[in-house]
Amino acid sequence: MDNLFWIFISAMVINNFTLSYFLGLCPFFGVSNKIATAFRMGLANIFVLVITALCSWVLNTFILLHAPYLRLISFIIVIASSVQFVEMAVKKLSPALFKALGIFLPLITTNCAILGFALFATNKGYGLIEGLIYALGAGAGLTLALVIMAGIREETKILDIPEVIQGTALNMIIAGILSMAFMGFAGLFITS
Amino acid sequence: MEHLNESKRYHDEFVKGIWKENPVFIAVLGLCPALAVSNTAINSLAMAAATMFVLICSSILVSIFRNVIPKEVRITSFVIIIATFVTVADFTLQAFVPKIHKDLGAFIALIVVNCLILGRQEAFAFKNNVKLAAVDALGMSLGFGFALFCLGAIREILGNGSLFDVHLFGPHFEPWVIMILPPGGFLSLGFLLLFFNWFKVRQQQVKAKQEHIEQFNPIISLNSKG
Repeated sequence: MDNLFWIFISAMVINNFTLSYFLGLCPFFGVSNKIATAFRMGLANIFVLVITALCSWVLNTFILLHAPYLRLISFIIVIASSVQFVEMAVKKLSPALFKALGIFLPLITTNCAILGFALFATNKGYGLIEGLIYALGAGAGLTLALVIMAGIREETKILDIPEVIQGTALNMIIAGILSMAFMGFAGLFITS
Repeated sequence: MEHLNESKRYHDEFVKGIWKENPVFIAVLGLCPALAVSNTAINSLAMAAATMFVLICSSILVSIFRNVIPKEVRITSFVIIIATFVTVADFTLQAFVPKIHKDLGAFIALIVVNCLILGRQEAFAFKNNVKLAAVDALGMSLGFGFALFCLGAIREILGNGSLFDVHLFGPHFEPWVIMILPPGGFLSLGFLLLFFNWFKVRQQQVKAKQEHIEQFNPIISLNSKG
């Protein structure tokens, strides 16, 4: 139990996917204009990550034992297509959920955060339950980073910022400072 | 004349990736590997070399098969082609330089989802002949390598006081450790982009001033040209 808790916390804040592994930077800079959109993007990420955890576990336990060199190709294809299937199912079963997450799903199926998650979980040798917890933690971390970033960017819109620093340069520097703040969580392991 | 035009075309496609449409500094693509592995100069060069191999090989293959691949499934086909070459690069690095392979970790495999590579297949290789596609891929990957090397060198010099493991400043140098940690990646790329923005704005100002002078004062501009 304790171990699962630490997997979650570690994936969420200590080794935050965006701010310390640089994964999923495209949505991090692309969809962080508004808090509401950023939050929905984060939820869509959690959704896809959970599907990924299931797929990669199935592939690793049943198929890839015999052919490890096919790992990359099979991960990408299986993840992308199963997300599409689930997307169709959600569209049929729960139009409200589809409306909230739908437009983001195609964008993130081949995102580096998703593939990176599958590879990290494989390298760490996680089982099914650990993998699912890891997915939830990583997704929560992505959501947290997105929402904080969106909050800061909403504030910067009403400020008078020199033209030369506006755009990506400013976002990068904000992300750098955020990342520094998240480094503080590394102390959690020492005190525990 | 035609020959001249053609060689000029090759030259343009080659040069644009290095400076005018630089994938990292101007188009801001492929950030994930650019930031994650650029903590030392040697790591960023290894990453750049792996990306170059994958980009050139897959551009050539996509361009060869551009009339065979159906349009509806082109993205999937690109991804499979790219993933194949990434697997080759991954195992090659693991066999010959295991230390670097260990440093780069999963980020070699993550070249598959580098939007720069998929973007070049979609925007260029799928529409052009093999030679042009190869030249474009070479230019783009050199531009990517240049950007990665800038980042890696800056971060290694400031964060460790060394370049390619050669110490530069002697024993009294206090390393700025944050630069080789994740925040340093964001900060140094932020400041590099700031520099590029400043450069662009300044160029526009100079140009506007020049036009202003030419418009209102033809004699001065004639003199300055002569």
